[in-house]
Amino acid sequence: METINYQNFRIDAENICVDYNGKVALYDANLRLKPGQICGLVGMNGAGKTTFFNALTGFVNISKGKIRINGESVRSAQKDQTIAYVPQNEGIDSQFPISVWEVVMMGRYGSMNIFRCPRESDVQAVKDAIERVDLTDHLSTPIGNLSGGQRKRTFLARAIAQRASILLLDEPFSGVDIRTEKLISELFIQFKNEGKTILLSTHDMIHVREFCDLVLLINKTVVAYGETSEVFTPENITTTFGGISPDFLFGPES
Amino acid sequence: MELSSFLTLDSFITDPLTHGFMRKALLMSSLVAAVCGFLSSYLTLKGWALMGDAVSHSVMPGVVVAYALGLPFSLGAFIFGVGSVALIGFIKQKSRVKEDTVIGLVFTGFFALGIVLVSKIKSNIDLHSILFGSPLGISLSDVKQTIFISLLVVILLSIFRKDLMLYCFDPRHAKTVGINVFFLHYLLLTCLSLAAVVGLQSVGIILVVAMLITPGATAYLLTDKFDNMTVISVLSAIISSLIGIYVSFWFDLETGGSIVLAQTFIFLFAFLFAPRYGIFKLKKLFAGYK
Repeated sequence: METINYQNFRIDAENICVDYNGKVALYDANLRLKPGQICGLVGMNGAGKTTFFNALTGFVNISKGKIRINGESVRSAQKDQTIAYVPQNEGIDSQFPISVWEVVMMGRYGSMNIFRCPRESDVQAVKDAIERVDLTDHLSTPIGNLSGGQRKRTFLARAIAQRASILLLDEPFSGVDIRTEKLISELFIQFKNEGKTILLSTHDMIHVREFCDLVLLINKTVVAYGETSEVFTPENITTTFGGISPDFLFGPES
Repeated sequence: MELSSFLTLDSFITDPLTHGFMRKALLMSSLVAAVCGFLSSYLTLKGWALMGDAVSHSVMPGVVVAYALGLPFSLGAFIFGVGSVALIGFIKQKSRVKEDTVIGLVFTGFFALGIVLVSKIKSNIDLHSILFGSPLGISLSDVKQTIFISLLVVILLSIFRKDLMLYCFDPRHAKTVGINVFFLHYLLLTCLSLAAVVGLQSVGIILVVAMLITPGATAYLLTDKFDNMTVISVLSAIISSLIGIYVSFWFDLETGGSIVLAQTFIFLFAFLFAPRYGIFKLKKLFAGYK
Protein backbone atom coordinates (compact mmCIF):
# COMPACT_ATOMS: atom_id res chain seq x y z
CA MET A 1 0.00 0.00 0.00
CA GLU A 2 1.25 3.43 -0.89
CA THR A 3 2.17 5.58 2.07
CA ILE A 4 1.17 9.20 1.84
CA ASN A 5 3.82 11.75 2.56
CA TYR A 6 1.90 14.64 4.02
CA GLN A 7 4.80 16.99 3.39
CA ASN A 8 3.92 16.80 -0.29
CA PHE A 9 0.66 18.58 0.27
CA ARG A 10 0.53 22.32 0.69
CA ILE A 11 -3.00 22.04 1.99
CA ASP A 12 -4.34 18.88 3.57
CA ALA A 13 -7.77 19.24 5.10
CA GLU A 14 -9.25 16.03 6.42
CA ASN A 15 -12.90 15.62 7.41
CA ILE A 16 -13.16 19.14 8.73
CA CYS A 17 -16.34 20.39 10.37
CA VAL A 18 -17.20 23.95 11.34
CA ASP A 19 -20.22 25.02 13.30
CA TYR A 20 -21.31 28.40 14.57
CA ASN A 21 -23.02 27.95 17.92
CA GLY A 22 -24.29 24.53 16.97
CA LYS A 23 -25.33 25.54 13.47
CA VAL A 24 -23.36 23.43 11.04
CA ALA A 25 -21.71 25.44 8.27
CA LEU A 26 -19.42 22.76 6.89
CA TYR A 27 -18.99 19.06 7.59
CA ASP A 28 -16.69 16.22 6.54
CA ALA A 29 -14.89 18.38 4.02
CA ASN A 30 -11.66 17.17 2.49
CA LEU A 31 -9.15 18.93 0.30
CA ARG A 32 -5.61 18.16 -0.76
CA LEU A 33 -3.57 20.55 -2.85
CA LYS A 34 0.01 20.42 -4.07
CA PRO A 35 2.37 23.23 -5.05
CA GLY A 36 1.52 24.77 -8.40
CA GLN A 37 -2.10 23.67 -8.34
CA ILE A 38 -5.03 25.99 -8.87
CA CYS A 39 -8.30 24.81 -7.41
CA GLY A 40 -11.72 26.34 -7.85
CA LEU A 41 -14.11 26.34 -4.93
CA VAL A 42 -17.64 26.33 -6.26
CA GLY A 43 -20.91 26.38 -4.40
CA MET A 44 -24.04 28.39 -3.72
CA ASN A 45 -24.16 31.31 -1.33
CA GLY A 46 -24.10 29.85 2.16
CA ALA A 47 -22.62 26.58 0.92
CA GLY A 48 -19.61 27.07 3.15
CA LYS A 49 -17.05 28.62 0.80
CA THR A 50 -16.10 31.47 3.10
CA THR A 51 -16.24 29.10 6.07
CA PHE A 52 -13.77 26.84 4.28
CA PHE A 53 -11.43 29.81 3.80
CA ASN A 54 -11.89 30.85 7.41
CA ALA A 55 -10.98 27.38 8.60
CA LEU A 56 -7.84 27.29 6.47
CA THR A 57 -6.67 30.69 7.72
CA GLY A 58 -7.54 29.81 11.31
CA PHE A 59 -10.11 32.61 11.53
CA VAL A 60 -12.65 30.09 12.81
CA ASN A 61 -11.90 26.94 14.75
CA ILE A 62 -12.80 23.59 13.31
CA SER A 63 -14.86 21.38 15.59
CA LYS A 64 -13.71 18.15 13.99
CA GLY A 65 -11.07 16.97 11.54
CA LYS A 66 -7.55 18.04 10.85
CA ILE A 67 -5.86 20.72 8.79
CA ARG A 68 -2.22 20.48 7.83
CA ILE A 69 -0.46 23.25 5.95
CA ASN A 70 2.88 22.03 4.57
CA GLY A 71 2.54 19.20 7.07
CA GLU A 72 2.23 21.62 9.99
CA SER A 73 -0.54 23.20 12.01
CA VAL A 74 -2.53 26.25 10.89
CA ARG A 75 -0.97 28.16 13.78
CA SER A 76 2.56 27.66 12.52
CA ALA A 77 1.41 28.45 8.98
CA GLN A 78 0.22 31.81 10.32
CA LYS A 79 3.57 32.44 11.96
CA ASP A 80 5.42 31.44 8.78
CA GLN A 81 3.31 33.75 6.58
CA THR A 82 2.36 30.73 4.49
CA ILE A 83 -1.20 31.73 3.68
CA ALA A 84 -2.45 34.95 2.15
CA TYR A 85 -6.12 35.80 1.96
CA VAL A 86 -7.56 38.10 -0.68
CA PRO A 87 -11.02 39.21 0.47
CA GLN A 88 -14.08 39.95 -1.63
CA ASN A 89 -14.49 43.62 -2.39
CA GLU A 90 -17.69 43.56 -0.34
CA GLY A 91 -15.78 42.09 2.60
CA ILE A 92 -13.82 45.26 3.31
CA ASP A 93 -14.69 48.77 4.41
CA SER A 94 -13.84 50.81 1.32
CA GLN A 95 -14.33 54.06 3.26
CA PHE A 96 -11.52 53.22 5.68
CA PRO A 97 -8.95 56.05 5.63
CA ILE A 98 -6.04 54.03 4.33
CA SER A 99 -3.86 54.26 1.22
CA VAL A 100 -2.80 51.62 -1.28
CA TRP A 101 0.72 51.72 0.14
CA GLU A 102 -0.51 51.15 3.70
CA VAL A 103 -2.74 48.24 2.70
CA VAL A 104 0.04 46.50 0.83
CA MET A 105 2.44 47.16 3.71
CA MET A 106 0.05 45.20 5.92
CA GLY A 107 1.16 42.14 4.00
CA ARG A 108 4.54 42.56 5.71
CA TYR A 109 3.23 43.08 9.26
CA GLY A 110 3.55 39.42 10.21
CA SER A 111 7.29 39.46 9.68
CA MET A 112 8.01 42.87 11.25
CA ASN A 113 8.83 43.80 14.83
CA ILE A 114 6.10 44.75 17.28
CA PHE A 115 6.01 48.42 16.22
CA ARG A 116 5.63 47.31 12.58
CA CYS A 117 8.46 49.54 11.41
CA PRO A 118 9.18 48.73 7.77
CA ARG A 119 12.74 47.70 6.95
CA GLU A 120 14.42 48.35 3.62
CA SER A 121 13.41 44.85 2.46
CA ASP A 122 9.76 45.45 3.41
CA VAL A 123 9.66 48.70 1.46
CA GLN A 124 11.16 46.94 -1.54
CA ALA A 125 8.70 44.04 -1.29
CA VAL A 126 5.78 46.47 -1.18
CA LYS A 127 7.12 48.46 -4.15
CA ASP A 128 7.60 45.31 -6.20
CA ALA A 129 4.17 43.99 -5.33
CA ILE A 130 2.47 47.24 -6.27
CA GLU A 131 4.37 47.27 -9.53
CA ARG A 132 3.24 43.75 -10.35
CA VAL A 133 -0.40 44.75 -10.06
CA ASP A 134 0.24 47.95 -12.00
CA LEU A 135 -0.78 50.44 -9.31
CA THR A 136 2.47 52.40 -9.05
CA ASP A 137 0.60 55.61 -9.93
CA HIS A 138 -1.69 55.14 -6.93
CA LEU A 139 0.71 54.62 -4.04
CA SER A 140 -0.87 57.22 -1.78
CA THR A 141 -4.42 57.01 -3.14
CA PRO A 142 -7.01 56.23 -0.43
CA ILE A 143 -8.69 52.91 -1.22
CA GLY A 144 -12.04 54.70 -1.23
CA ASN A 145 -10.99 56.52 -4.41
CA LEU A 146 -10.09 53.35 -6.30
CA SER A 147 -12.28 51.44 -8.73
CA GLY A 148 -13.42 47.94 -7.78
CA GLY A 149 -10.74 46.42 -9.98
CA GLN A 150 -7.98 48.61 -8.56
CA ARG A 151 -9.06 47.72 -5.04
CA LYS A 152 -8.94 44.04 -5.89
CA ARG A 153 -5.42 44.51 -7.26
CA THR A 154 -4.40 46.32 -4.07
CA PHE A 155 -5.32 43.28 -2.01
CA LEU A 156 -3.61 40.98 -4.49
CA ALA A 157 -0.49 43.11 -4.05
CA ARG A 158 -0.80 42.66 -0.29
CA ALA A 159 -0.79 38.89 -0.80
CA ILE A 160 2.23 39.16 -3.12
CA ALA A 161 4.09 41.35 -0.61
CA GLN A 162 3.41 38.75 2.04
CA ARG A 163 5.31 36.20 -0.11
CA ALA A 164 2.87 33.49 0.86
CA SER A 165 3.02 30.14 -0.88
CA ILE A 166 -0.74 29.62 -0.57
CA LEU A 167 -3.23 32.15 -1.90
CA LEU A 168 -6.87 32.03 -0.96
CA LEU A 169 -9.00 34.27 -3.13
CA ASP A 170 -12.64 34.99 -2.40
CA GLU A 171 -14.41 35.81 -5.67
CA PRO A 172 -11.34 37.33 -7.35
CA PHE A 173 -13.26 38.13 -10.54
CA SER A 174 -16.40 39.67 -9.14
CA GLY A 175 -16.90 43.35 -9.79
CA VAL A 176 -13.66 43.94 -11.67
CA ASP A 177 -12.98 45.59 -15.02
CA ILE A 178 -11.63 43.73 -18.04
CA ARG A 179 -8.12 45.10 -17.54
CA THR A 180 -7.99 43.78 -13.99
CA GLU A 181 -9.43 40.45 -15.07
CA LYS A 182 -6.68 40.11 -17.66
CA LEU A 183 -4.02 41.11 -15.13
CA ILE A 184 -5.29 38.61 -12.58
CA SER A 185 -5.30 35.87 -15.22
CA GLU A 186 -1.69 36.62 -16.08
CA LEU A 187 -0.74 36.68 -12.40
CA PHE A 188 -2.35 33.27 -11.91
CA ILE A 189 -0.11 31.79 -14.58
CA GLN A 190 2.94 33.41 -12.96
CA PHE A 191 1.92 32.18 -9.50
CA LYS A 192 1.47 28.67 -10.86
CA ASN A 193 4.93 28.76 -12.39
CA GLU A 194 6.34 30.03 -9.10
CA GLY A 195 4.87 26.95 -7.46
CA LYS A 196 2.23 28.77 -5.43
CA THR A 197 -0.95 26.96 -4.51
CA ILE A 198 -4.18 28.81 -5.26
CA LEU A 199 -7.67 28.18 -3.97
CA LEU A 200 -10.27 30.53 -5.40
CA SER A 201 -13.99 30.72 -4.96
CA THR A 202 -16.05 31.82 -7.92
CA HIS A 203 -19.54 32.00 -9.28
CA ASP A 204 -18.27 32.14 -12.81
CA MET A 205 -18.19 28.71 -14.43
CA ILE A 206 -16.15 29.94 -17.37
CA HIS A 207 -13.30 30.98 -15.10
CA VAL A 208 -13.23 27.53 -13.54
CA ARG A 209 -12.76 25.91 -16.94
CA GLU A 210 -10.14 28.48 -17.87
CA PHE A 211 -7.85 28.46 -14.84
CA CYS A 212 -8.52 25.64 -12.48
CA ASP A 213 -6.66 22.33 -12.55
CA LEU A 214 -8.97 21.04 -9.86
CA VAL A 215 -12.47 21.78 -8.71
CA LEU A 216 -14.02 21.41 -5.30
CA LEU A 217 -17.81 21.48 -5.46
CA ILE A 218 -19.36 22.07 -2.06
CA ASN A 219 -22.77 22.30 -0.52
CA LYS A 220 -22.10 22.23 3.23
CA THR A 221 -19.88 19.26 2.43
CA VAL A 222 -17.89 18.10 -0.57
CA VAL A 223 -20.16 17.17 -3.47
CA ALA A 224 -17.30 16.32 -5.78
CA TYR A 225 -13.59 16.92 -5.97
CA GLY A 226 -10.99 16.24 -8.64
CA GLU A 227 -9.65 17.23 -12.03
CA THR A 228 -11.78 19.92 -13.60
CA SER A 229 -12.41 17.91 -16.75
CA GLU A 230 -13.71 14.95 -14.76
CA VAL A 231 -15.56 16.61 -11.94
CA PHE A 232 -17.07 19.63 -13.58
CA THR A 233 -19.99 17.73 -15.07
CA PRO A 234 -23.55 19.00 -15.42
CA GLU A 235 -24.78 16.34 -12.97
CA ASN A 236 -22.33 17.36 -10.24
CA ILE A 237 -23.07 21.02 -10.75
CA THR A 238 -26.79 20.37 -10.57
CA THR A 239 -26.29 18.61 -7.25
CA THR A 240 -24.08 21.42 -5.97
CA PHE A 241 -26.60 24.06 -6.81
CA GLY A 242 -29.52 22.20 -5.34
CA GLY A 243 -31.15 21.04 -8.55
CA ILE A 244 -30.80 24.12 -10.70
CA SER A 245 -30.13 23.09 -14.25
CA PRO A 246 -26.55 23.69 -15.43
CA ASP A 247 -27.97 25.05 -18.71
CA PHE A 248 -29.17 27.94 -16.68
CA LEU A 249 -25.75 28.43 -15.14
CA PHE A 250 -23.65 27.85 -18.22
CA GLY A 251 -25.83 29.40 -20.85
CA PRO A 252 -26.84 27.66 -24.07
CA GLU A 253 -23.28 26.68 -25.12
CA SER A 254 -23.09 23.75 -22.78
CA MET B 1 -19.35 87.45 36.02
CA GLU B 2 -19.37 91.03 35.04
CA LEU B 3 -19.97 91.52 31.40
CA SER B 4 -17.23 94.11 31.10
CA SER B 5 -14.57 91.65 32.17
CA PHE B 6 -14.63 89.72 28.94
CA LEU B 7 -14.91 92.59 26.55
CA THR B 8 -11.40 91.86 25.42
CA LEU B 9 -10.36 88.44 24.18
CA ASP B 10 -7.25 88.70 26.30
CA SER B 11 -9.11 88.88 29.57
CA PHE B 12 -11.64 86.32 28.34
CA ILE B 13 -8.77 83.84 28.20
CA THR B 14 -6.49 84.96 31.02
CA ASP B 15 -8.96 85.84 33.78
CA PRO B 16 -10.09 82.25 34.47
CA LEU B 17 -6.45 81.20 34.62
CA THR B 18 -6.00 83.20 37.81
CA HIS B 19 -8.06 80.55 39.59
CA GLY B 20 -6.20 77.38 40.59
CA PHE B 21 -9.22 75.14 40.06
CA MET B 22 -9.64 76.48 36.53
CA ARG B 23 -6.03 75.80 35.60
CA LYS B 24 -6.40 72.27 36.91
CA ALA B 25 -9.70 71.76 35.11
CA LEU B 26 -8.28 73.00 31.81
CA LEU B 27 -5.22 70.79 32.06
CA MET B 28 -7.04 67.67 33.21
CA SER B 29 -9.85 68.03 30.70
CA SER B 30 -7.38 68.52 27.87
CA LEU B 31 -5.54 65.39 28.91
CA VAL B 32 -8.74 63.38 29.13
CA ALA B 33 -9.91 64.79 25.81
CA ALA B 34 -6.63 63.82 24.17
CA VAL B 35 -6.90 60.23 25.43
CA CYS B 36 -10.54 59.86 24.42
CA GLY B 37 -9.86 61.55 21.09
CA PHE B 38 -7.01 59.16 20.33
CA LEU B 39 -9.18 56.14 21.08
CA SER B 40 -12.09 57.70 19.25
CA SER B 41 -10.50 57.14 15.81
CA TYR B 42 -10.37 53.42 16.45
CA LEU B 43 -13.88 53.17 17.84
CA THR B 44 -15.34 55.11 14.91
CA LEU B 45 -13.59 52.93 12.36
CA LYS B 46 -14.34 49.70 14.18
CA GLY B 47 -18.01 50.66 14.45
CA TRP B 48 -17.95 50.43 18.23
CA ALA B 49 -19.94 53.56 19.05
CA LEU B 50 -22.66 51.52 20.71
CA MET B 51 -20.02 49.52 22.55
CA GLY B 52 -18.56 52.78 23.85
CA ASP B 53 -22.01 53.76 25.06
CA ALA B 54 -22.42 50.39 26.78
CA VAL B 55 -19.05 50.37 28.51
CA SER B 56 -19.25 53.96 29.68
CA HIS B 57 -22.65 53.40 31.31
CA SER B 58 -21.72 50.01 32.72
CA VAL B 59 -18.84 51.39 34.77
CA MET B 60 -21.36 53.13 37.06
CA PRO B 61 -21.84 50.32 39.65
CA GLY B 62 -18.07 49.74 39.61
CA VAL B 63 -17.43 53.35 40.55
CA VAL B 64 -19.96 53.16 43.39
CA VAL B 65 -18.67 49.85 44.78
CA ALA B 66 -15.07 51.03 44.61
CA TYR B 67 -15.95 54.22 46.47
CA ALA B 68 -17.79 52.24 49.13
CA LEU B 69 -14.83 49.87 49.59
CA GLY B 70 -12.27 52.63 49.53
CA LEU B 71 -10.61 51.28 46.38
CA PRO B 72 -9.44 53.38 43.44
CA PHE B 73 -12.65 53.97 41.52
CA SER B 74 -10.83 53.25 38.26
CA LEU B 75 -10.39 49.65 39.36
CA GLY B 76 -14.10 49.11 39.98
CA ALA B 77 -15.01 50.90 36.79
CA PHE B 78 -12.59 48.82 34.81
CA ILE B 79 -13.90 45.50 36.16
CA PHE B 80 -17.51 46.39 35.43
CA GLY B 81 -16.66 47.89 32.05
CA VAL B 82 -14.93 44.75 30.81
CA GLY B 83 -17.48 42.57 32.63
CA SER B 84 -20.36 44.19 30.77
CA VAL B 85 -18.71 43.45 27.43
CA ALA B 86 -18.09 39.85 28.43
CA LEU B 87 -21.74 39.53 29.47
CA ILE B 88 -22.91 41.07 26.19
CA GLY B 89 -20.81 38.55 24.28
CA PHE B 90 -22.11 35.67 26.38
CA ILE B 91 -25.80 36.53 26.06
CA LYS B 92 -25.45 37.17 22.36
CA GLN B 93 -23.88 33.78 21.84
CA LYS B 94 -26.31 31.85 24.01
CA SER B 95 -29.57 33.44 22.94
CA ARG B 96 -31.32 34.44 19.74
CA VAL B 97 -31.59 38.08 20.80
CA LYS B 98 -29.89 40.51 18.39
CA GLU B 99 -26.66 42.22 19.38
CA ASP B 100 -27.91 45.82 19.63
CA THR B 101 -30.76 44.65 21.84
CA VAL B 102 -28.34 42.75 24.08
CA ILE B 103 -26.05 45.77 24.33
CA GLY B 104 -28.99 48.01 25.21
CA LEU B 105 -30.37 45.78 27.91
CA VAL B 106 -27.03 44.92 29.52
CA PHE B 107 -25.77 48.47 29.89
CA THR B 108 -29.06 49.86 31.13
CA GLY B 109 -29.17 47.02 33.66
CA PHE B 110 -25.67 47.87 34.89
CA PHE B 111 -26.49 51.56 34.96
CA ALA B 112 -29.64 50.95 36.97
CA LEU B 113 -27.68 48.78 39.38
CA GLY B 114 -25.31 51.69 39.86
CA ILE B 115 -28.10 54.12 40.63
CA VAL B 116 -29.74 51.70 43.08
CA LEU B 117 -26.38 51.14 44.80
CA VAL B 118 -25.84 54.87 45.18
CA SER B 119 -29.18 55.24 46.96
CA LYS B 120 -28.46 52.24 49.21
CA ILE B 121 -24.87 52.94 50.14
CA LYS B 122 -25.17 56.12 52.17
CA SER B 123 -21.77 57.55 51.52
CA ASN B 124 -20.39 60.81 50.37
CA ILE B 125 -20.72 59.78 46.75
CA ASP B 126 -21.94 62.70 44.77
CA LEU B 127 -24.34 61.23 42.23
CA HIS B 128 -24.44 64.48 40.36
CA SER B 129 -20.70 64.55 39.78
CA ILE B 130 -20.69 60.95 38.56
CA LEU B 131 -23.55 61.53 36.18
CA PHE B 132 -22.52 64.93 34.87
CA GLY B 133 -18.81 65.16 35.67
CA SER B 134 -17.04 67.70 37.81
CA PRO B 135 -13.87 68.88 36.12
CA LEU B 136 -13.84 71.97 38.33
CA GLY B 137 -13.91 70.00 41.57
CA ILE B 138 -11.38 67.30 40.74
CA SER B 139 -9.37 66.13 43.78
CA LEU B 140 -5.62 65.63 43.95
CA SER B 141 -5.83 61.83 44.15
CA ASP B 142 -8.14 61.90 41.13
CA VAL B 143 -5.59 64.01 39.29
CA LYS B 144 -2.86 61.43 39.93
CA GLN B 145 -5.11 58.58 38.85
CA THR B 146 -6.19 60.41 35.73
CA ILE B 147 -2.62 61.16 34.71
CA PHE B 148 -1.54 57.57 35.33
CA ILE B 149 -4.45 56.02 33.39
CA SER B 150 -4.14 58.53 30.57
CA LEU B 151 -0.46 57.82 30.10
CA LEU B 152 -1.10 54.08 30.20
CA VAL B 153 -3.77 54.28 27.49
CA VAL B 154 -1.68 56.58 25.30
CA ILE B 155 1.34 54.29 25.59
CA LEU B 156 -0.69 51.17 24.82
CA LEU B 157 -2.40 52.78 21.84
CA SER B 158 0.92 54.14 20.56
CA ILE B 159 2.70 50.81 20.74
CA PHE B 160 -0.11 48.91 19.03
CA ARG B 161 -1.45 51.63 16.78
CA LYS B 162 -0.66 49.86 13.52
CA ASP B 163 -1.91 46.51 14.75
CA LEU B 164 -5.10 48.13 15.99
CA MET B 165 -5.55 49.87 12.66
CA LEU B 166 -5.18 46.49 10.94
CA TYR B 167 -7.56 44.91 13.45
CA CYS B 168 -10.20 47.55 12.72
CA PHE B 169 -9.64 47.32 8.98
CA ASP B 170 -9.23 43.61 8.28
CA PRO B 171 -9.13 41.29 11.31
CA ARG B 172 -9.10 38.25 9.06
CA HIS B 173 -5.81 39.31 7.50
CA ALA B 174 -4.40 40.04 10.95
CA LYS B 175 -5.26 36.50 12.00
CA THR B 176 -3.87 35.01 8.78
CA VAL B 177 -0.45 36.59 9.29
CA GLY B 178 -0.23 35.38 12.87
CA ILE B 179 -1.21 38.53 14.77
CA ASN B 180 -3.05 37.87 18.03
CA VAL B 181 -6.53 39.21 17.25
CA PHE B 182 -7.94 38.07 20.59
CA PHE B 183 -5.34 40.18 22.37
CA LEU B 184 -6.07 43.23 20.21
CA HIS B 185 -9.81 42.87 20.81
CA TYR B 186 -9.35 42.94 24.56
CA LEU B 187 -6.68 45.61 24.37
CA LEU B 188 -9.13 47.91 22.63
CA LEU B 189 -11.84 47.04 25.16
CA THR B 190 -9.45 47.67 28.04
CA CYS B 191 -8.49 51.05 26.63
CA LEU B 192 -12.18 51.81 26.13
CA SER B 193 -12.98 51.04 29.78
CA LEU B 194 -10.02 53.07 31.00
CA ALA B 195 -10.86 56.01 28.77
CA ALA B 196 -14.46 55.90 29.97
CA VAL B 197 -13.17 56.06 33.53
CA VAL B 198 -11.07 59.16 32.99
CA GLY B 199 -13.67 60.70 30.69
CA LEU B 200 -16.45 60.47 33.24
CA GLN B 201 -14.61 62.91 35.51
CA SER B 202 -14.67 65.48 32.79
CA VAL B 203 -18.15 65.14 31.35
CA GLY B 204 -19.81 62.46 33.49
CA ILE B 205 -21.03 58.98 32.75
CA ILE B 206 -23.99 60.01 30.64
CA LEU B 207 -22.01 62.10 28.18
CA VAL B 208 -18.64 60.34 28.18
CA VAL B 209 -19.65 58.35 25.12
CA ALA B 210 -19.61 61.66 23.20
CA MET B 211 -15.93 62.07 24.07
CA LEU B 212 -15.37 58.59 22.65
CA ILE B 213 -17.18 58.95 19.34
CA THR B 214 -17.66 62.58 18.31
CA PRO B 215 -13.99 63.56 17.77
CA GLY B 216 -13.39 60.43 15.67
CA ALA B 217 -16.51 61.06 13.62
CA THR B 218 -15.45 64.67 13.02
CA ALA B 219 -11.98 63.61 11.94
CA TYR B 220 -13.42 60.91 9.67
CA LEU B 221 -15.18 63.62 7.67
CA LEU B 222 -12.02 65.66 7.31
CA THR B 223 -9.36 63.27 6.07
CA ASP B 224 -8.62 60.10 4.14
CA LYS B 225 -5.43 59.33 6.04
CA PHE B 226 -5.47 57.34 9.23
CA ASP B 227 -2.61 59.21 10.92
CA ASN B 228 -4.20 62.57 10.14
CA MET B 229 -7.48 61.28 11.46
CA THR B 230 -5.91 60.52 14.83
CA VAL B 231 -4.29 63.95 15.02
CA ILE B 232 -7.47 65.80 14.02
CA SER B 233 -9.50 63.74 16.44
CA VAL B 234 -7.19 64.54 19.36
CA LEU B 235 -6.99 68.23 18.46
CA SER B 236 -10.74 68.68 18.04
CA ALA B 237 -11.29 66.93 21.39
CA ILE B 238 -8.81 69.21 23.19
CA ILE B 239 -10.18 72.36 21.56
CA SER B 240 -13.73 71.35 22.50
CA SER B 241 -12.68 70.84 26.10
CA LEU B 242 -11.08 74.26 26.29
CA ILE B 243 -14.03 75.97 24.64
CA GLY B 244 -16.47 74.09 26.87
CA ILE B 245 -14.71 75.01 30.08
CA TYR B 246 -14.30 78.68 29.18
CA VAL B 247 -17.90 78.99 28.06
CA SER B 248 -19.16 77.27 31.19
CA PHE B 249 -17.01 79.60 33.32
CA TRP B 250 -18.19 82.83 31.75
CA PHE B 251 -21.83 81.93 31.29
CA ASP B 252 -22.20 79.76 34.36
CA LEU B 253 -23.22 76.61 32.46
CA GLU B 254 -22.83 72.91 33.24
CA THR B 255 -19.21 72.14 32.26
CA GLY B 256 -19.64 68.59 30.96
CA GLY B 257 -22.55 69.56 28.79
CA SER B 258 -20.67 72.57 27.42
CA ILE B 259 -17.67 70.43 26.43
CA VAL B 260 -19.84 67.91 24.59
CA LEU B 261 -21.85 70.69 22.92
CA ALA B 262 -18.61 72.23 21.68
CA GLN B 263 -17.69 68.84 20.18
CA THR B 264 -21.09 68.57 18.56
CA PHE B 265 -20.76 72.01 17.01
CA ILE B 266 -17.33 71.17 15.61
CA PHE B 267 -18.80 67.99 14.16
CA LEU B 268 -21.67 69.93 12.60
CA PHE B 269 -19.19 72.38 11.09
CA ALA B 270 -17.26 69.48 9.55
CA PHE B 271 -20.51 67.88 8.42
CA LEU B 272 -21.46 71.04 6.56
CA PHE B 273 -18.13 72.32 5.32
CA ALA B 274 -15.61 69.46 5.19
CA PRO B 275 -13.54 69.92 2.00
CA ARG B 276 -14.41 66.55 0.50
CA TYR B 277 -17.21 65.00 2.50
CA GLY B 278 -19.11 68.06 3.74
CA ILE B 279 -22.54 68.91 2.45
CA PHE B 280 -21.32 72.21 1.00
CA LYS B 281 -17.75 71.07 0.23
CA LEU B 282 -15.59 74.11 0.98
CA LYS B 283 -13.20 73.23 -1.85
CA LYS B 284 -15.95 73.65 -4.40
CA LEU B 285 -17.13 76.91 -2.89
CA PHE B 286 -13.65 78.39 -3.10
CA ALA B 287 -13.01 76.95 -6.53
CA GLY B 288 -15.79 79.18 -7.79
CA TYR B 289 -13.79 82.28 -6.92
CA LYS B 290 -10.65 81.35 -8.78
